[in-house]
Amino acid sequence: MNDMNWLAIYPEILLLVMGCVVALADLWVTDEQRRPTYWLTQLTLVVVGGMHFAYFDAGVTTYAMQNMVVADPMGHLLAGFACLATLITLVYARPYAASRDMLKGELFILSLFSLLGINVMLSANNFLVVYLGLELMSLSLYALVALRRDHAVSTEAAMKYFVLGALASGFLLYGLSMMYGATGSLTIPEVFDVISKGIPNKSVLVFGTVFVVAGLAFKLGAAPFHMWVPDVYQGAPTAVTLLIGGAPKLAAFAITVRLLVEGMIGLAVDWQQMLIVLAVMSLLIGNLAAIAQSNLKRMLAYSTIANMGFMLLGLASGVVNTSTLWGTNAYSSAMFYAVTYVLTTLGTFGMIILLSRQGHEAEEIKDLAGLAKRSPWFALVMSIFMFSLAGLPPTVGFYAKLAVLQSMVVNGVPFYLWLAVFAVVVSLIGAFYYLRVVKVMFFDKPTDTAPLAAPADVRFVMTLNGAAVLVFGLLPGGLLELCKVAIRQALTT
Amino acid sequence: MYLSLAIFLPIVCGALLLAIGRDEQANTVRWMALIAAVASFLVTLPLIHLFDTTTAAMQFVENQPWIERFNIRYHLGVDGISMWFVPLTAFITVIVVISAWEVIETRVNQYMGAFLILSGLMVGVFSALDGMLFYVFFEATLIPMYIIIGVWGGANRVYAAFKFFLYTLAGSLLMLVALLYLYSQVPGGSFDIQTWHKLPLSGTAQTYLFFAFLAAFSVKVPMWPVHTWLPDAHVEAPTGGSVVLAAIMLKLGCYGFLRFSLPIAPDAAREWSWLIIALSLIAVVYIGLVALVQKDMKKLVAYSSIAHMGFVTLGFFIFNELGVSGGLVQMISHGFVSGAMFLCIGVLYDRVHSREIAAYGGVVNTMPKFAAFAVFFGMANCGLPATAGFVGEWMVILGTVQFNFWLGGVAATALVFGAAYTLWMIKRVYFGDIANDDVRALTDINSREFLMLALLAVATLYMGLYPKPFTDVMHESVTELLKHVALSKIPA
Repeated sequence: MNDMNWLAIYPEILLLVMGCVVALADLWVTDEQRRPTYWLTQLTLVVVGGMHFAYFDAGVTTYAMQNMVVADPMGHLLAGFACLATLITLVYARPYAASRDMLKGELFILSLFSLLGINVMLSANNFLVVYLGLELMSLSLYALVALRRDHAVSTEAAMKYFVLGALASGFLLYGLSMMYGATGSLTIPEVFDVISKGIPNKSVLVFGTVFVVAGLAFKLGAAPFHMWVPDVYQGAPTAVTLLIGGAPKLAAFAITVRLLVEGMIGLAVDWQQMLIVLAVMSLLIGNLAAIAQSNLKRMLAYSTIANMGFMLLGLASGVVNTSTLWGTNAYSSAMFYAVTYVLTTLGTFGMIILLSRQGHEAEEIKDLAGLAKRSPWFALVMSIFMFSLAGLPPTVGFYAKLAVLQSMVVNGVPFYLWLAVFAVVVSLIGAFYYLRVVKVMFFDKPTDTAPLAAPADVRFVMTLNGAAVLVFGLLPGGLLELCKVAIRQALTT
Repeated sequence: MYLSLAIFLPIVCGALLLAIGRDEQANTVRWMALIAAVASFLVTLPLIHLFDTTTAAMQFVENQPWIERFNIRYHLGVDGISMWFVPLTAFITVIVVISAWEVIETRVNQYMGAFLILSGLMVGVFSALDGMLFYVFFEATLIPMYIIIGVWGGANRVYAAFKFFLYTLAGSLLMLVALLYLYSQVPGGSFDIQTWHKLPLSGTAQTYLFFAFLAAFSVKVPMWPVHTWLPDAHVEAPTGGSVVLAAIMLKLGCYGFLRFSLPIAPDAAREWSWLIIALSLIAVVYIGLVALVQKDMKKLVAYSSIAHMGFVTLGFFIFNELGVSGGLVQMISHGFVSGAMFLCIGVLYDRVHSREIAAYGGVVNTMPKFAAFAVFFGMANCGLPATAGFVGEWMVILGTVQFNFWLGGVAATALVFGAAYTLWMIKRVYFGDIANDDVRALTDINSREFLMLALLAVATLYMGLYPKPFTDVMHESVTELLKHVALSKIPA
């Protein structure tokens, strides 16, 4: 238990080393396109992601660094997906960044370091490690948002993100310190043990939980802690929006599971209520506000809020009448939701990147007008993403919603049944604004007749991305099973 | 195997057309679509040929695990209730492809592809025996229809497409929760529809389920008062869209009643049958009157469809064999007749670009061959004996008289209204003197249009003269269903 066990954290070490190597190597790169650093970064992501997938072993949980970090199937699976998400992001981002004077070494280095932060969070077994990873990720992302420093909107977004993010980190840290005060430990399994043996000091613990949940809700972007999401999504350069909207959501999901489920499942009665309130508010605010948006990035930001609300419903239905019988089912459905949501989000923001050209940010919904005539293929792919976000079969978004709804209905509690009805009704509202995007692409006249100009690699990855949303929609069984295996292992240890 | 082929042959062909078709080779695309549609129809013929009419059990069953996590299975099969809709769907798709031949000139591959995919999905709805598989097909049909109305529709197409989509989605999302609830009630969890049929359920649960299913299916049928999307959708949709909507899509809702509402919640169905009967009679009488005053031909036929669907739901909820079989026969015959009515309007619209009744008059003088078909289908629409329209209506009215004499009397008035609005429209459009220069300039139907109308006319006549093959197929399954519905499922 108390040994270093370096083997378990090789991927993180490699990531750290490569981040430094890329930073150094970039000093000597004279190429306008930054090809050497770009490919070095992508290679790193492939190797690290591959290592995580290779490490994925259903029944094995290893502890390392003197019990500070844990390597379990959930961590490896999510880390693998996070690497994949970052990889896809960089493919989409490169032409965009190149035409905006953003294609510098910083983009790659900061992406790698934010990914490192994500990986640290995914494998955290200690409150402080969670915090460490969170800060590493957040600081990298703050800097990335401000990457176009001569751009007023970006700078403003970075400022807002930084101030509110720091506040949320403070909340989380404050909450964690209370947990420490009440249980006397920072290690997650030990906290779990103390709580399950009988709650030592309930009021402090619950108070701490409130702060922890508030901090997590901010990172997830759940209402009423969502204020930063639309502004940052809209203000950040689209390539960076993609980076914020992708892999970090997986990390936020993972630390929610690590802190609330693995650490404080004994307090589930308390935090589930909070999550339900957050979920209901997010679903309402996200879906209603999204209708009113004319800016595509802002609309998708509100859609993120709504989607995080839906995912929280899955997290909030694991413990019923103090029985954890439905836990695996509920948390794995939320995990499936998070993974597939990230997959779809990558595609939608990638499409916005594709639409914009030198000197023209295509971020209004009307910029999509008549896309079906300009580039029928991309219009088709984009409509797959939209139908997936709206939760229509046969796309993966439907099964994500189905999985979460199933986890709410299956426990047989009438309250959850009505919650499911509510969730379904608000997703009808959601369908409206996703459909509007499809409408604009297919039914409206194009204002601009030029077909989209995109490099071959972007076209290829975009097509794969769309195909993945469809294929996981036709055959979601495998991914669902992986999530279930991962969560089951996380819950049994 | 036959069912999978009937589902996926058109879907794969449609997807191929989407991927490779170009407007420069529109003619190649049309021929490819026709070949695909005919092939998809041919693979459904063995179903009719090999169907065993002596049993109520599911036939041509395919059962494979699909999503094991939720025990969702790829489970297909047809019985006497669903069998005829498979060839009907494929047949109507052939007609739609023919009808679009010269009419659709832009994005031909997308139009044809959307209809082929839609056809496969609808066959999937009729043959799915797993609740979630059913739901996936049921929902997925919305996407191609939304695109069809929105891209090739009339002036107000966007509004109509949204209304169609959101109305239907609102209903079916409640059904999704009902399906999940049923899943959770089976020990171990199952989406198998036949397991659900045998599942004991309390009275309250049945009532909730019944209304959740009612929300989904009544919108789709559509029943009064949630019918308002249909006239809009019909008026704005291109001809092919209207044909598929009226001929097949409305039947998805009616079929849902027989596959879900009645057998899964029989006690609630019996308890609330008065409500459905009342709504159906309102549809028959009130919507019949509404149809009478329409100025737009497509709207008139759309309202007539709602009235005819009222007959179907009436037949289902009087719980006797004449009623249920009559409803089923009415569903099939309405598929032929309303499809043909919309095609006739399409023929006129392609030439004059107006759907107003007032824009026509004396068409028979310039288009005699066409007028003959139009009058024939008009007669079938008002239920003239020897046409398909007669058989179903007659059976439902007889069934209703058995159930309650006075209700039968109310239902029978529909024949009067049906005759009134249809014949009055026929008189104003086709007979009399030539009304204006547009009508004078009309040219009679060409051989393509003749072919599509003739195919439907033959089907309508055949079904009207010799409905036995249709009713024979239904008999066992309907008897079995009624026996099942008569028994209470409330646990003692």
